[in-house]
Amino acid sequence: MKKEINFVLNKKGVNITTDPLRRLLDILREDLGLKGVKEGCGEGECGSCAVIINNRIVNSCIVAVGTVEGAEIITIEGYRKTKQYKLLEDSFAEAGAVQCGFCTPGIIIAAETLLRINPEPNENAIRDAISGNLCRCTGYNMIVEGIKIASQKGKGLW
Amino acid sequence: MKQKISIPIKKSDVPEKAGGSAKYIADIEFEGMLYAKTLRSDRPRARINSIKIPELPEGYYIVDKNDIPGKNRVKMIIDDQPFFAEDVVNYIGEPILLVVGPDKEKVFEIVYKIKVYYEDIEPIFTIEEAEKEKKNPIYGDDNCFAEYEFKKGEPEKAFATLSYIVEDEYSTDYQEHIYLEPQGVVGIYENGKVTVYGAMQCPYYVKNALLQAFGWDENRIRVVQTTTGGAFGGKEEYPSLIAGHAAFAAVKTGKPVQLVFDRNEDIEVTTKRHPSSIKFKTALDENNRIIAMDVDIKIDAGANAGLSDVVLQRSMFSATGVYNIPNIRVRGKALATNKVPSGAFRGFGAPQVFFAIEMHMYHIADKVGMEPIDFKTKHILMRGDTTSTGGLLRSEVKLPEIIDTIDKMSQYREKYEKFKKKRDGLKGIGFSLFFHGCGFTGSGEKDLIKAKVKLKKKKNDKVEILVSNVDMGQGAQTALRKIVSYSLDKPIEHIIYENPDTDRVPDSGPTVASRTVMIVGGLLEKAARKLKERWNEAPELEIVERYKQPEYIRWDQKKFKGDAYPEYSWGANVVEVEIDPVTYEIKVLGIWGVYDVGVAIDEKMLRGQIEGGIIQGLGFATIEVMNIKDGKIQQDTITDYIIPTSKDFPKIEIKLIDNPYEYGPFGAKCAGELPFVGAAPALASAVQYALNVPIRKIPVTPELLLSYVNLINKPQNSKELRECLTTEHVPPLRDPEVSGTEIAELKETS
Repeated sequence: MKKEINFVLNKKGVNITTDPLRRLLDILREDLGLKGVKEGCGEGECGSCAVIINNRIVNSCIVAVGTVEGAEIITIEGYRKTKQYKLLEDSFAEAGAVQCGFCTPGIIIAAETLLRINPEPNENAIRDAISGNLCRCTGYNMIVEGIKIASQKGKGLW
Repeated sequence: MKQKISIPIKKSDVPEKAGGSAKYIADIEFEGMLYAKTLRSDRPRARINSIKIPELPEGYYIVDKNDIPGKNRVKMIIDDQPFFAEDVVNYIGEPILLVVGPDKEKVFEIVYKIKVYYEDIEPIFTIEEAEKEKKNPIYGDDNCFAEYEFKKGEPEKAFATLSYIVEDEYSTDYQEHIYLEPQGVVGIYENGKVTVYGAMQCPYYVKNALLQAFGWDENRIRVVQTTTGGAFGGKEEYPSLIAGHAAFAAVKTGKPVQLVFDRNEDIEVTTKRHPSSIKFKTALDENNRIIAMDVDIKIDAGANAGLSDVVLQRSMFSATGVYNIPNIRVRGKALATNKVPSGAFRGFGAPQVFFAIEMHMYHIADKVGMEPIDFKTKHILMRGDTTSTGGLLRSEVKLPEIIDTIDKMSQYREKYEKFKKKRDGLKGIGFSLFFHGCGFTGSGEKDLIKAKVKLKKKKNDKVEILVSNVDMGQGAQTALRKIVSYSLDKPIEHIIYENPDTDRVPDSGPTVASRTVMIVGGLLEKAARKLKERWNEAPELEIVERYKQPEYIRWDQKKFKGDAYPEYSWGANVVEVEIDPVTYEIKVLGIWGVYDVGVAIDEKMLRGQIEGGIIQGLGFATIEVMNIKDGKIQQDTITDYIIPTSKDFPKIEIKLIDNPYEYGPFGAKCAGELPFVGAAPALASAVQYALNVPIRKIPVTPELLLSYVNLINKPQNSKELRECLTTEHVPPLRDPEVSGTEIAELKETS
């Protein structure tokens, strides 16, 4: 049964009428065309589909869209317009943190949610923050370094 | 001395990938696109008696073997793999037909409603069964996709005269690629021409497979690679199969057809690393020098031949490791079983044997009372020596420098001594030496690939690289642009390299075998130097460069004699571990790597290859467990098949040893696969040292360790295991109740 659902997506109000049991990931990718949100596993393990819902990182493949009524959602498409994103992008490039890139938008989202609450994280905190994101290319160390660089260069930004 | 080209630059694709605007195949929508879902066999081996298909709603289609205009076989070494099953199925997951239509859910619904009526045939699941079963083989009359043997010196004579012989048997299991982007393709049929877009390593493999499947003229088939989210060999041969599916469906429906896997389907039906069983018999003289080695390798190929023949060859050519052994016999078999086909995976048969040879060398060292690092060093290959196939090592082999460097970095010897004298928890340290043969075997580049590259100078003074090699994350686009930019003396921003489209690029060969930089980069360097000389001739220019085999290469493919590879890259790993005395979980405390890859084209990208390769290798050695029970994969999701996370392994310390190769671009050799190869044996050696139990198989799980340790605690269980206790220290053993198949297996064998 279809239901009307309202939420704020990348700072703009969205109103859709759909089956509330559909995955938020499919709403974002198929209905709203936000293809930066990737499907890597479809069961909440890999973090490629991570988005920010009400300031928390969530895997959108295990969220039923009916549960986001009234929520504020940020995807990579919204986040990439910010200064914080630009700094993370540059730091990731400098650290060599991006190989195939499929996991990267989700990891950028994880880095943002970490730096928001802990602008100067130590290595352990960074590893914890990205432990819900799988990367098969880098072995993670260069991603950890990228987040460190962003934290150092981004004093006052977060 | 550091070369200028090695200084890192930023990878060119970071902005679009990090910002989520890069378009992977699942992100591309075509007007009127339909969705395809595959109906697959749920039997490991059966005859298909009939298929009952429900009435289809309008706009929905079935695509099957009758929709293939040409040959229903995926073009490979042996054409035994059908695009769609004919009368029999040979593994769970074998494709039977597609359902295609505009609504995904409806398509899925139809797939579930189709009934296939089977008549089961007795399946073959293991290497042993495959060797025994002659009555009803899956392939040929002996289930053997490939069988080879080669010799060096006089192994029979050596074994007849020497009395000190050490025998060992090792095994390795499946590994799944888990590239983060699942496999996918889109087929389009327009104006009598088929185009397939998709994630892939080898656009021309796909094109050639489609040519054979359609039997059409060459200009009616086009293949375009889309930004590829990791591959590791998994997108080498497999995309040819699904490209066929999408193409047949596009022709039948007249609409674009998308075939993208979800993770579960990807794990269940795509290729994996070959499980292996490797036996050694080694004879030593009275000075503890190895005089002869006999190696017997068997790999589990699964239901179709795929690339198993060449995977087996690389296993065999790597079987005696980095050691100079005068008398050698190596035998190998790739066997058919009713399981998902095994295939290419980073290292391509080498990681299995390097695990085995390194553990075997460690075991012999223990037996003769030498430290493994000394025993191994005593046997290393040097310039002027010949390889197992009799190929002359012409370049300097810098293993002594590599060993010395890694010992200093990791304090290997010091820790080895310290852990021996004083037990400080269950700590251990392990060491591995390894090489990777660069590029295709023997004369493969000359006889099979015949690579051709093109450089195009445009009116605006920009230069386009036209090759069929792909960037799958490893950084090929940046690396090859860097080579051309440096050779031409033009800024890198002026060098263009788009995803290959077979209508635009020549066949420079597949993106495999660590050949992209060394071979394709080498051709581009030559082309760029020619273009530089002719730069002012005309506003637009095209330079074509074809592969010419270096004159020194001698290879007899029939006898396996000569230079199995044009050149080798070398390396060493040290891994330090601590084992939890209660749970037997392995905690890795330190990882070190030293590599000679000639010259780094970009030190940062190379570090990316090394770090990623090592962590994949450690996953292979420890946590990546895949079992197949009655033909069905037990770990078919990422929840069950676990790969390393950011919390599993510590930082890695890396050093590079410069050793320019005359025929490589700027001196570069191969690098992409090498770092994978040495990780597992270094880890397994560290575990063996920590617990003082012989590690004979990977992955080394806590369950396996617990069962080993308990067996040793009960000597009546295993005479063989007890023999391996050679040093003084014995781990503080507990004696909990243990049960499980591991022990049952061990009891049977002991």
